[in-house]
Amino acid sequence: MLLVVNSPGWEDVKAAFFYGPEFRESFPDILEKFRTNVKLFLLAEVFILVWGLVLAVLRSLQGPVFFPLRLLSAAYTDVFRGIPTILLIFLLGFGVPALQISGVPKSQFFWATVSLVLVYSAYVAEVYRAGIDSVHPSQEAAARSLGLNRFQSLRYVVLPQAIRRVVPPLLNDFIGLQKDTALVALLGVVEAFRQSQIEVAGSFNYTPYVATAIIFLVLTIPLTRLTDYLIARERRQRR
Amino acid sequence: MAEQLRLEHVSKSFGDLPVLRGIDLALEEHEVVCLIGASGSGKSTLLRCVNLLEPVDEGRILLRGEDVTGRGVDVNRTRRRIGIVFQAFNLFPHMTVLDNVTLGPRKALRQSRAEAEAQARELLGRFGLADRAGDYPDRLSGGQQQRVAIARALMMEPRVMLFDEVTSALDPELVGEVLVVMRDLALAGMTMLVVTHEMQFAREVGDRVVFMDEGRIVEQANPADLLDRPKQERTRRFLRRSLQLAHSIEELTIDEATKEEGSIE
Repeated sequence: MLLVVNSPGWEDVKAAFFYGPEFRESFPDILEKFRTNVKLFLLAEVFILVWGLVLAVLRSLQGPVFFPLRLLSAAYTDVFRGIPTILLIFLLGFGVPALQISGVPKSQFFWATVSLVLVYSAYVAEVYRAGIDSVHPSQEAAARSLGLNRFQSLRYVVLPQAIRRVVPPLLNDFIGLQKDTALVALLGVVEAFRQSQIEVAGSFNYTPYVATAIIFLVLTIPLTRLTDYLIARERRQRR
Repeated sequence: MAEQLRLEHVSKSFGDLPVLRGIDLALEEHEVVCLIGASGSGKSTLLRCVNLLEPVDEGRILLRGEDVTGRGVDVNRTRRRIGIVFQAFNLFPHMTVLDNVTLGPRKALRQSRAEAEAQARELLGRFGLADRAGDYPDRLSGGQQQRVAIARALMMEPRVMLFDEVTSALDPELVGEVLVVMRDLALAGMTMLVVTHEMQFAREVGDRVVFMDEGRIVEQANPADLLDRPKQERTRRFLRRSLQLAHSIEELTIDEATKEEGSIE
């Protein structure tokens, strides 16, 4: 901290990044556009949680009959965890609308959301899968021995226990998703980060970036703390 | 008396390891058969096969004359007619006792919650668990948990009950409360196949005791004959080691107590 404040360029940086009047002027506009980020990650998270669960369940199915489904699910997670998010956003956001297929949405907000859902559901599927694997097979045996079918065992016995255990890591991925909503600025969607770029371009002052960072932090820090708290509680209960 | 359960030449391997080698066994209605034998002799696997939790490799299993191991058998329906209780209780930790006990009837039998709960409370009351219905399993002692597990299996009104070393994970002072519930069940006429190390239970409650070793039935007889006058050398040796035939530990030598099967002869 002292090193930064005493550095030769500090006065210039302070004026460029921490300029009070600029902050006050740009903050409301950025906050307004941040609603787009919120809308995006809330919408995406709903689909991620559902789609990720479907992928994890498909992958956990036993028996040779389900081999193709297991393979598809595994291939999906491999592919979408392996592609840099920003590349996928470019590919889908610019590529698909350019195909000009009638009926296919051209909205970049739409394709940005799809990209994030595709990538994050791959991560979330792995989280769910770890949860499903952590439920001892004897639990399923007990459920099946009562005459519950495969689906009922999963629905009432395995998944409730699995999901409870993976809430903290799911929150972790949710935080990652919130930050990655800034990536959709690259498609031209005007959200908080894009708005701050616009503000910077108008004033040649970088303070709007700091304002944006603060807005993200206000949201992610409490969630991070909550995640840590839940992990600690889970550990206590396991003992 | 009608035959409830019949195993015909049942064989099962895990990979290259044969666990059951041609088991033939039949249970009459109301009969209580106790399965004894060293760990690894295939007793638990036998129960899991009967409950269709493990597919058999060869042979077949008949429930009231109906082959339940063939193709196209409704596995879920068959399991509902056979109750099983496990060594480790396997209660559902995220559900209250009442929900544990009513899950099967509500989901597999499509009973209404009210109907299932009325039946469950009656059963829990009989098992001395009336005031535990709202508790989660981790608040219960091992003996209480195992009684809940028995109640949970009975809620499906099975034809046959399987018990897989249900007292082995319990502290000694909690064994009695579980055995009493099982005894009452036997007295009420339930057909039971019981894997157990409780020789006294086998003696007093069992109609027949079956000794298994290395995946085969070595010997079976009424409890007094098998436990006190075994005909087979292997049975005799097992019973001496488990201190049933020996009057005191002093009779046993370390060689007799530890040598592998077959190496003494």
